[in-house]
Amino acid sequence: MTAQLRASFDNAAKQGRAALVAYMTFGDPDPMTSIDVVEAVARAGADVIELGVPFSDPSADGPSIQRAMERALIAGASLPGALSAVAELRRRGVATPIVLFGYYNPIFVMGPATFAERAARAGVDAVLTVDLPIDELAELAAPLATYGVSVIPLVAPTSTPDRIARLAELNAPFVYYISLTGVTGSRSAAPVDPARLAQIRTASGSPVAVGFGIRTPDDARRFAAVTDGVVVGTALVDRVAAGDAAGAPERVAALVRELAAAMIR
Amino acid sequence: MSTADEIAKLTEPTRGRFGEFGGQYVAETLMPAIAQLEDAWRVARDDASYWAEVDSLLANYVGRPSLLYHARRLSAEVGADVYLKREDLNHTGAHKINNCIGQAVLARRMGKRRLIAETGAGQHGVATATVAALFGLPCEIYMGAEDVMRQALNVERMKLLGATVHPVESGTRTLKDAMNEALRDWVTNVGDTFYLIGSVAGPHPYPWMVRDLQSVIGREARRQILDQGGRLPDALVACVGGGSNAAGLFAPFIDEAKVRMFGVEAAGDGVATGRHAATLSAGRVGVLHGSKSYVLTHEDDARLGQIAHAHSISAGLDYPGVGPEHAAWKDSGRVSYVSRTDEQALAALELLARTEGILCALETAHAVAALEHVAGLVGKTGLIIVGLSGRGDKDMVTVAQRRSATT
Repeated sequence: MTAQLRASFDNAAKQGRAALVAYMTFGDPDPMTSIDVVEAVARAGADVIELGVPFSDPSADGPSIQRAMERALIAGASLPGALSAVAELRRRGVATPIVLFGYYNPIFVMGPATFAERAARAGVDAVLTVDLPIDELAELAAPLATYGVSVIPLVAPTSTPDRIARLAELNAPFVYYISLTGVTGSRSAAPVDPARLAQIRTASGSPVAVGFGIRTPDDARRFAAVTDGVVVGTALVDRVAAGDAAGAPERVAALVRELAAAMIR
Repeated sequence: MSTADEIAKLTEPTRGRFGEFGGQYVAETLMPAIAQLEDAWRVARDDASYWAEVDSLLANYVGRPSLLYHARRLSAEVGADVYLKREDLNHTGAHKINNCIGQAVLARRMGKRRLIAETGAGQHGVATATVAALFGLPCEIYMGAEDVMRQALNVERMKLLGATVHPVESGTRTLKDAMNEALRDWVTNVGDTFYLIGSVAGPHPYPWMVRDLQSVIGREARRQILDQGGRLPDALVACVGGGSNAAGLFAPFIDEAKVRMFGVEAAGDGVATGRHAATLSAGRVGVLHGSKSYVLTHEDDARLGQIAHAHSISAGLDYPGVGPEHAAWKDSGRVSYVSRTDEQALAALELLARTEGILCALETAHAVAALEHVAGLVGKTGLIIVGLSGRGDKDMVTVAQRRSATT
């Protein structure tokens, strides 16, 4: 499934644009609506879906995604529910690569091997676990690899060259560069140094998507000019919350269409 | 023997772990800061001048060594020879200050200019605000909004000491949510900020460093009991939330096979009710706040892997995780973990007050509540040391409300 994710980045590059990576929290405002939202986002032109798995203690997330996760948990969302949602999206013909994005404890409690088998069966392409840095990643990456599911590593502004060099061993379909030190959605993104991106691209051998603080089509356009992929999360999550559940898919899809247009270099 | 020599004898984690427990389950942004902290701690731990500074502050500012007090009337009541290690007599009223002094000296050596901390009962927040004032550093404390209400006195103390207190409204509005918020602050301000974790929890090197800094409790107690009791104790008893006072008391005795050890968790309304904070007694292995250890977590499909609400009358024990070294001690059988309910803790608080004239914290009262059980195991001539981790002034409102509700 690494191949399909990598192909999304390659195809975007061939078309002269950056790949749009769209984050949504599964279960917000409720599990059924969030499946419709993801489907709408995929059809509106997102190249990659990041589906957030709600967790009771999201210590790397800012207020918007914290609240989305609280709403989702109250509405009954769970890790098994997120896997069922991916299976449902595949049944509906959504072929866009899907990255499950979350925290490790739910996966650990399910059992990494069981999770890997169920994720592969559901149609998950890759998994990004915020609290598994490369030093601890093996306990999840190994069982996932058995089932052909990739891991997506995070790189931070604080990551040292020796840590970035270790990314090569993962052969990740892409790496996620956090554009600022902080939590999701907290500030607007600072300009990213193209030399830093080139260093990460070369060291990891993977395309680089940049996220944290990218909210508007204008933000996205500036980043699309220099990166392989642009991640938008909090702005989409805020759109979900900006009105009634029935209107959520179209509200989010409208922003995704604007963002997708902004990917063209 | 010098402090550095005594510390060198304590167990070191292997690749950041005690057995399978511990590790560094944190966001990538924090990893370089944690590596820097680990390096700084390794250097300080072996450095006599670091310990000279820490020991001087412990002696002249905190008031150490704390007393080991032979509690004769309590002994008669529970049926064994009981000694109390009086951490309640420390400046700020609990064992928390031992750790804060050590980390603040380290922060200054590392050139960090801002302290942040989480707090549950407020004792660690007060201790952190205290060292921040002493060292002239700005200080921000994260505290669950629920705890801000039930520990109002400590909130005022922190403010008077010059700290900013942030009530945390997310999640269960208790200690675990305060820790999430402190982690968010740290990830945002990682360059100049030192996160002063208050327990033997969090990512490596915190569980190791905090245990070493709290080991002054056990190192002193060992000398004192040999002096007063003429021999090593038969048993040690301490309450366990995150587990720092217990780890500090136990660690210097851990190689003495004849010394039995008992960690006492909060059973809240009773473990069977589901409203408790008995992580080791009733939890399972999971990953929370940077380390793999026992946690209270749901296992049904609908809530799989979500962290469960902890409950205890004692805000300091109201935490759904526990330090990884305790998890290793549990699995190896070296330490026995038991639990006591809110009611049992209240009764023990009253027992200690009436027999010895000592008002202990509700956290501490859980350890006192296990004394009869431990006395039954060691017999009338047995020597027991109880970690009297803190004083009870902060809990008087809670205790008074409970007493008036039940009489």
